[in-house]
Amino acid sequence: MAYQRVAIVGAGITKFVRRAQETGKELAAQASKMALESCGMTMKDIECVSLGTAPDAFDGVHMKGEYLSDGSGGWRKPYMRQFVGGGTGVFAPVHGWYHVASGMFDTCLVVCSEKMSSCHPHPQGAFKTIFDHTTEQPLNPTLIWIFALEMNRFMSTYGITKEEIALVSVKNKKNAMDHPAAQLPMEITVEDVMNSETLAWPVNRLDISPASDGAAAIVLASEHVAKRITDKPVWIDGVGWNLDSAYWATRDLYYPRYVEKAARMAYKMAGITEPQREIEIAEPYDPFDYKELHHMEGLLLADRGKAVEMLLDGKTQRDGDRPMCPSGGALGVGNPIAATGLMKIIEIFLQLRGEAGKRQVPGNPKCGLAQAWGDLMQVGTVVVMRI
Amino acid sequence: MELEKFELGATPLKESAIKDGSVLTLHKKPNLRYAWDNGVAIGRYLTELKEGRIIARKCNKCRRIMIPPRMFCELCWRPTDEWVYVRDTGTVNTFSICYVNWDASRIKEGEKPHIPAVIEIDGASPGMGILHVLGEVEPDKVKIGMKVRAVWKKPEEREGSITDILYFKPARG
Repeated sequence: MAYQRVAIVGAGITKFVRRAQETGKELAAQASKMALESCGMTMKDIECVSLGTAPDAFDGVHMKGEYLSDGSGGWRKPYMRQFVGGGTGVFAPVHGWYHVASGMFDTCLVVCSEKMSSCHPHPQGAFKTIFDHTTEQPLNPTLIWIFALEMNRFMSTYGITKEEIALVSVKNKKNAMDHPAAQLPMEITVEDVMNSETLAWPVNRLDISPASDGAAAIVLASEHVAKRITDKPVWIDGVGWNLDSAYWATRDLYYPRYVEKAARMAYKMAGITEPQREIEIAEPYDPFDYKELHHMEGLLLADRGKAVEMLLDGKTQRDGDRPMCPSGGALGVGNPIAATGLMKIIEIFLQLRGEAGKRQVPGNPKCGLAQAWGDLMQVGTVVVMRI
Repeated sequence: MELEKFELGATPLKESAIKDGSVLTLHKKPNLRYAWDNGVAIGRYLTELKEGRIIARKCNKCRRIMIPPRMFCELCWRPTDEWVYVRDTGTVNTFSICYVNWDASRIKEGEKPHIPAVIEIDGASPGMGILHVLGEVEPDKVKIGMKVRAVWKKPEEREGSITDILYFKPARG
């Protein structure tokens, strides 16, 4: 197809923390500065900016994209904000990709910044308003409901136990011990997860990623520019996104069809016909531990109901056949909503370049994937990357 | 580049910094009020709830009977065709036993947990569920596949809201 080939050439990230002293703008600026420095560029080299940030309600500032534009270097430049809830961190680079792929620009800075701590006493309060105002909000829903309902349906459909799912949390929080940005790295056991507070059965506290503040950024460049900047460009070879309807209770929750649709779009673009063989490393979105398994199936990286076997066989460990969330994921590194997906893209970028340090998976992987998910359990966003 | 070689920003603050006032915090309650138009489908749905009935909408192309009712079939992308009354009984598709409130605060000591569920309504197409809560049941007795029935508010107390159904309880027989 007549796309310009697009590469990631630089990356930046802040620490992910529960509550940051810095504002969302300052976090965005820190990550952007690091991304530019990492590839020897300056803001003058950047032709357009793609910003991702999730609900305005977190900050209490309506039209937060405009508010964050100066921190992300977006002023007096072609600038767009993306927002698909938790899917934002992979959708913003998709958006940046088509700015460059279209041939309109040769460089794009993609910035994702999130500050959840501003919303008091807990950002969960803001989530009530994502439900339908008439048919659902009067029941006083919490966002955890939809995860608990989905997790229960997933478990009961395939006969998976809570203990098995807890292994995802154990794995990811341990992986995060090697991530310098991590908020919640820890060595825990399945018993620790099972004994942690039950929030909404089957969801316990240690099944859930934390609320976080943080930012991440990458620099995208067209082929001829990328080759001047680095001898290790990482190519974005496939992008996909898909949105299901808001009637979430009307579809069966054990399988995310919208993730499959997004994955198939990205695989087609990247020429991938056998994802289980060709995708060597992945960062599926894991705000809850069962979501890593759920998403592996939606991404066609595991047969339906079989992701848990890959987990139990150790295949998804960092040194396994098919490493999942070697970064530590949302569960371990933290979950500043929009920044999380971009953190995952950065992890695949570093892993494919062989620059992930202690987190490096063995075997020099050449092809990886990052995915995020969000809205009212509606959206799947996928990026396929190759070195 | 390796992340270890960079100074990663973001300075963590402790919760106590807010409590002891060493960090300035402002609290505000935005005075936003909404008067929602319920539209044609949900308007009728709510009116029927006030009468103690549940109404759905049928698409004659895909033949789905949809709840909550909608004037457009999202699958066929065409206007739906008919109003259909469905029953006030159903099947638990999935459920949770929840110990936190909507704002992440914990329920009070001794208070019964909330039991949200997706309930597939009898008479609607298979898989068509709505979000509601269960009552008159011990949490450890709830099962996926359990038959349930709506418990309604008294007619004079109904106001045309989803809460005109207080909860769903296990159906007998």
